[in-house]
Amino acid sequence: MPFETITKHPERFPVAPNLADYEAARADFDWDAARAALSGLPGGQGLNIAYEAVDRHVAAGRGDRRAIRHIDRHGGITDLSFSDLARESARFANVLGGLGIERGERVFALSGRVPALYAAALGTLKAGAVFCPLFSAFGPEPIAARLEIGSGRVLVTSRILYRRKVADLCARLPALDYVLLTDGGPEDEGDGVLALPRLMADVSDSFTIAPTAPEDMALLHFTSGTTGKPKGAIHVHQAVVMHAMTGRMALDLHDGDVFWCTADPGWVTGTSYGIISPLVNGVGMIVDEAEFDADRWYGILQDQRVTVWYTAPTAIRMLMEVGADVAKGYDLSSLRFLASVGEPLNPEAVVWGAETFGIPFHDNWWQTETGGIMIANYAAMPVKPGSMGRPLPGIAAGIVERTEDGGAREIAEPDTEGELALRVGWPSMFRGYLHEEARYRKTFAGDWYLTGDLAKRDADGYFWFVGRADDVIKAAGHLIGPFEVESVLMEHPAVAEAAVIGKPDDVAGNVIKAFVALKQGYEPGEPLLKELMAHARKRLGPAVAPREIAFRANLPKTRSGKIMRRLLRARELGLPEGDLSTLESDER
Amino acid sequence: MTEQEIRDAVLESLSGVAPELDLSEVEDDTDLRNDLDLDSMDFLNFVIAVSERLGVDVPEADYGRMDTLAKCVEYLRAAQAK
Repeated sequence: MPFETITKHPERFPVAPNLADYEAARADFDWDAARAALSGLPGGQGLNIAYEAVDRHVAAGRGDRRAIRHIDRHGGITDLSFSDLARESARFANVLGGLGIERGERVFALSGRVPALYAAALGTLKAGAVFCPLFSAFGPEPIAARLEIGSGRVLVTSRILYRRKVADLCARLPALDYVLLTDGGPEDEGDGVLALPRLMADVSDSFTIAPTAPEDMALLHFTSGTTGKPKGAIHVHQAVVMHAMTGRMALDLHDGDVFWCTADPGWVTGTSYGIISPLVNGVGMIVDEAEFDADRWYGILQDQRVTVWYTAPTAIRMLMEVGADVAKGYDLSSLRFLASVGEPLNPEAVVWGAETFGIPFHDNWWQTETGGIMIANYAAMPVKPGSMGRPLPGIAAGIVERTEDGGAREIAEPDTEGELALRVGWPSMFRGYLHEEARYRKTFAGDWYLTGDLAKRDADGYFWFVGRADDVIKAAGHLIGPFEVESVLMEHPAVAEAAVIGKPDDVAGNVIKAFVALKQGYEPGEPLLKELMAHARKRLGPAVAPREIAFRANLPKTRSGKIMRRLLRARELGLPEGDLSTLESDER
Repeated sequence: MTEQEIRDAVLESLSGVAPELDLSEVEDDTDLRNDLDLDSMDFLNFVIAVSERLGVDVPEADYGRMDTLAKCVEYLRAAQAK
């Protein structure tokens, strides 16, 4: 059954939307005006994300406003004003200076959502170093791989995460000079491991940001491809132009809003929109340390009077499972705008939002490489449930097909499947994959950036996600490279071959399923299955490890010996097997 | 069913979801999600496994009441007694 378009009546909205007329906003848009909405470093010293997010509000007399309301696991509340955040991030910048960390060097974070993480992120940017967040549910292998590629000099983490996941890696990471423990005390210190609270207490709470060029490297966000190691996407300080503009236009942030982005800063959404975008716009945000829990979440929306809520399809589907009745027990009348990102939001979930909260979820689309929201459903624009919406003002998106000469040709015909592509040149476009120029180049054809997502555009200009052009897996909104998972499975002495696919799941979108062929002398069975599962979870962590493992005598391969993941997936899903002309040895 | 049997069922279900766990380290006040490095999906799978094993229906709204080993055992004992 097709879903009806959800019409909007902006004239009845309690707050006039920032983007009232989509066509007019696109026609009027220019990047210089978007840049002019920022302050720039005092004295024309350039552009620094942390200054825009924090210090400029203090300079403008808004320092007493609440920047962060932190809710700890037990419900305890800590408020940080913009002035507090300016001082804490200054302290962290001074700590880095004291340790001799230079501009452009990488400071990694592997941390739960504690206040120190936010001071570290912004302090790193103030110091001109590069902030690189990792997801705390990663296991040691993804952590080590990313620290190695990024040659991280500093890692900000907690005692327990350090002990569990990092301590054994240090020998592999010669560049890693300092581990700063957010909850460390004197008893934890030694051999480059330092207690962050002590360091922070010993330094000044004022720091002058050095001149920062808009093209200076600011953020490093890792993502995954089908093959090879994780890729570190480089973002520069002028990405903040996009963070600021999309916060207003795509998330409809207004002065006085209470904003809650539920994404963890270990992923790009949690940094771009869980730290930078609301703060740049002077909007206070909620940070919840705990993981998903329906009652807790509804409680936060109600008690904190959240007005703009940015969350993810997996969470929305978990709320749907709990049922709308639970939501009805709460006063959620403060909510004004709901947005979702991470993977396509199914139309049922969009409509469920409209029924349950009185306003639909607004899906939007972007990826690690784009640095900010590219295509969105807007407060004042009709929503077609299941569509990712229309490109932001200033962003040109197209459906293209690759040509034989390595170029790309735009497909004008509506409703035709092709690769989603973006015209290069927006401020938060990634500037490279660290140390991997060739891989970076490969993502461009002419002046198109090729996203790797297959999509269609309808006659009204709305974009619709179709699938991935490669074998990368979207599990619970997180991009997972099959190679990273397969490599860890292959480390196990029993494993001869491994292939990993995304298996559709009602809640998570996809879950990771591995197919494993054993070496001679090993028997498939429950004990080995558990052993492999334990091995993978220990090395990769629960976010990346397979949820399911199946044994096969042999995996389907091409003549050149490449495992055909596509065929495994088609068979798992009961889909047509497609072109089998390259199949050399079939699965058994 | 005795408390010990419920406890064993909880631990076996945990091990099914996360076979890497050293069950001897799981104590009464261990926070099952945070201290054991289980994510939301793991926790969901754990609750499904233990509720099937014990024949108890656990509404999702009650998951928050099962966040430590002791609370989990207590919740399931009460639910079974109903």
